[in-house]
Amino acid sequence: MSGRRVVITGLGVVAPGGVNTKAFWEAITSGRTATRLITAFDPAAFRSQIAAEVDFDPVQAGLSHREMRRLDRAAQFALVATRESLSDSGLEPGRLDPTRVGVSVGSAVGCTVRLESEYLVLSDSGREWVVDNSYASPHLYDYYMPGSLAAEVAWEVNAQGPVTMISAGCTSGLDSLGHAADLIREGTVDVMLAGGTDAPISPITVSCFDAIKATSPGNDDAAHALRPFDRTRTGFVLGEGAAMLVLEELEYARARGAKLYAEITGFASRSNAFHMTGLRPDGAELAAAVTAALDESKLPADAIDYVNAHGTATKQNDLHETVALKTALGDHAYRIPVSSIKSMIGHSLGAVGSIEIAACALAIDQGIVPPTANLNEPDPELDLDYVPHQAREQHLDTVLTVGSGFGGFQSAMVLVRPGSPA
Amino acid sequence: MTAAVVTGIGVAAPNGLGKDRFWAATLRGESGIRTVRRFDVSSYPSRLAGEIDGFEPTEYLAGRLIPQTDRMTQIALVASDWALADAGVEPGTYDTTEMGVATAGASGGLEFGQRELANLWSSGPQHVSVYMSFAWFYAVNSGQISIRHGMRGPTGVMVSDQAGGLDALAQARRNVRKGTRLILSGGVDSSFCPYGWVSRMSSRSLSTCDDPRSAYLPFDARAQGHVPGEGGAILVVEDAQAARSRGARPYGEIAGYGATFDAAARHGGGNGLRRAVEAALADAQAAATDIGVVFADGSGTPEDDRIEAETIAAVFGPGAVPVTVPKTMTGRMNSGGAPADLACALLSMRDAIIPPTINVRTIAPGYEIDLVIGEPRPWQPGAALVLARGKGGFNSAMVLRATAQVPGATA
Repeated sequence: MSGRRVVITGLGVVAPGGVNTKAFWEAITSGRTATRLITAFDPAAFRSQIAAEVDFDPVQAGLSHREMRRLDRAAQFALVATRESLSDSGLEPGRLDPTRVGVSVGSAVGCTVRLESEYLVLSDSGREWVVDNSYASPHLYDYYMPGSLAAEVAWEVNAQGPVTMISAGCTSGLDSLGHAADLIREGTVDVMLAGGTDAPISPITVSCFDAIKATSPGNDDAAHALRPFDRTRTGFVLGEGAAMLVLEELEYARARGAKLYAEITGFASRSNAFHMTGLRPDGAELAAAVTAALDESKLPADAIDYVNAHGTATKQNDLHETVALKTALGDHAYRIPVSSIKSMIGHSLGAVGSIEIAACALAIDQGIVPPTANLNEPDPELDLDYVPHQAREQHLDTVLTVGSGFGGFQSAMVLVRPGSPA
Repeated sequence: MTAAVVTGIGVAAPNGLGKDRFWAATLRGESGIRTVRRFDVSSYPSRLAGEIDGFEPTEYLAGRLIPQTDRMTQIALVASDWALADAGVEPGTYDTTEMGVATAGASGGLEFGQRELANLWSSGPQHVSVYMSFAWFYAVNSGQISIRHGMRGPTGVMVSDQAGGLDALAQARRNVRKGTRLILSGGVDSSFCPYGWVSRMSSRSLSTCDDPRSAYLPFDARAQGHVPGEGGAILVVEDAQAARSRGARPYGEIAGYGATFDAAARHGGGNGLRRAVEAALADAQAAATDIGVVFADGSGTPEDDRIEAETIAAVFGPGAVPVTVPKTMTGRMNSGGAPADLACALLSMRDAIIPPTINVRTIAPGYEIDLVIGEPRPWQPGAALVLARGKGGFNSAMVLRATAQVPGATA
């Protein structure tokens, strides 16, 4: 490529346990879990009745009445996170060349909260197959075609370069940032608003995961239900939220004296071509994605100081991921901390990859490794250092984050301390 | 930099299943548009669509796949089979890690989704299909295609409405340039269920005309919206050298691409389509005079048509390049529309003939474009421009170059 480098210069996070970046970071570094009994609807009929919900007050978050009416919950999260990250970056949209600004938003399930609630109106609570169009919201198309999530962000920041939504299931939040970094590197844009958003805590999405028993039935002890790498783990707990990041070309950011959180040096995605929901036990494709992301970064495996794990607490994921890390990093995997912040914020599908990248940027910036909560009983098959309960202070130069999702998608990204030699 | 060429085409469209039938029908001006039969549209103001007839998934797919997949995924899987067969790629041609997938989607498997929403709300969560978690979501076609053909390289999914179809192909080219030998890429959409239909109607851009010959008339003075279609195309995008060394004959090269977003009214408004066209030309290192045909987006709503006609006239000169909209025979297939147009453009190059725009009779006053109306028109194959625009402000443009012009392709 052209020698152009990509840095993160702004963070905006809406997460369970913290509706802004500062509150989010404080929550995950103190090991606080946000999983609880679902309050968004009555979950009594469901197998898994728990989730990590965002205590989101749209008025307090600064949304207008029109935005509240028009926007799906996922779009509301994205907009609030966008405003925070833009403000954090110090960029002033009025002073940018809008044609050099792009948007990339990841989401797995898009605007399904509104798609479901609108469906209930149009179908008379599910009774009519030929739904009644006279009840349709004028914004229904935007819920139907969730590229609208990216359009909303573009309108907010006046981006007129490439704008797209990336939807690769649970790796969407990683893939959208990987795509954004590509666009900056290849010279198409100088600035990207990029991240992920998802609001899957709705009856239809909860029932999807119920049906295949992927989510934890630990309803009696919601706060400790999501136990990555623990022998007693029972599956993931749904989360929700968004992270939107400002990415800039390094020299562009330096010229304006921007704060640099981290540099994105490498990204790769691979497919396991195996099963829509199952994982190949050897983790070969996740390992291949890690190796490819390291190659793009021109870094050896032993440069990695910390791994932000996918860590969903399903039986197969945690084993798959551990094997893949050992394949890609060799013995070095045993010498570095590996943690799952999903233990605290739940699994927000297409958002969580971006939320985790925000956490990685902060980990480098603050020199703190966030912990894995709820890890009490080590699994003998899982023998890496998973940082139970307590955050650790540690100087970090290079961080790896990985994701894995339905469809067989595997993604990996490498972030380094800004200002490191090329 | 490595060139990315298209070596295989799989099309499933309302006027033809399979590349050859689709292309023959398209050159004959045969339309697949008629009153929707899949569900009762009598209560809706818009009643016409391009529906695919005679697609029997069990003819092509294993029985176990049928209950797991929405119709749009079934069509996409079959189109992907056809594309690989057309390219002469078989299991073992490439290592599994040398192949990837990049598709566009707009609405996911919503027909499947509506059925499961109905099950959930009429019978309860225990009645939701175990396949729902992966049959509806937008990434399903990329996932299923990668599994079907054992493709373990990079995978992507773009959602930018109709423009997404080109964005996916651009992603395919990007990954070929990064070193993947082959990417299956394109888009297929359907959502021909009542909820999907009403969702499309809410865009306020569907025609309410009941006459298939005058419902969708892009650039016509009588334009009043579009007719939706289902289907699309999957293409084999391949590293030019790899294709050459296995003796494949490329249809053409993906030579240039540009994507932009329209400025919102509150930012002063503005048309990003021209910037997308200019970016695609610059990326292809092509002059406007190199372009021998434009496959227009052809929205069919007067405001969009005007912007597109003005853009084409401004970039190429008034009436200076043939413009066509074969979508008039299929309806707008969402993320499948642009990949089908790419297929048309590549076949136009092969056969030196431009497919017609049907039903349009009188171009609206002030649109200075040379629309290929009624009959196909011969041309000297060179480069083609394909445009795709999505609701909200998405603009994408792609330049294809005929194989003979690909550097080294004739060597």
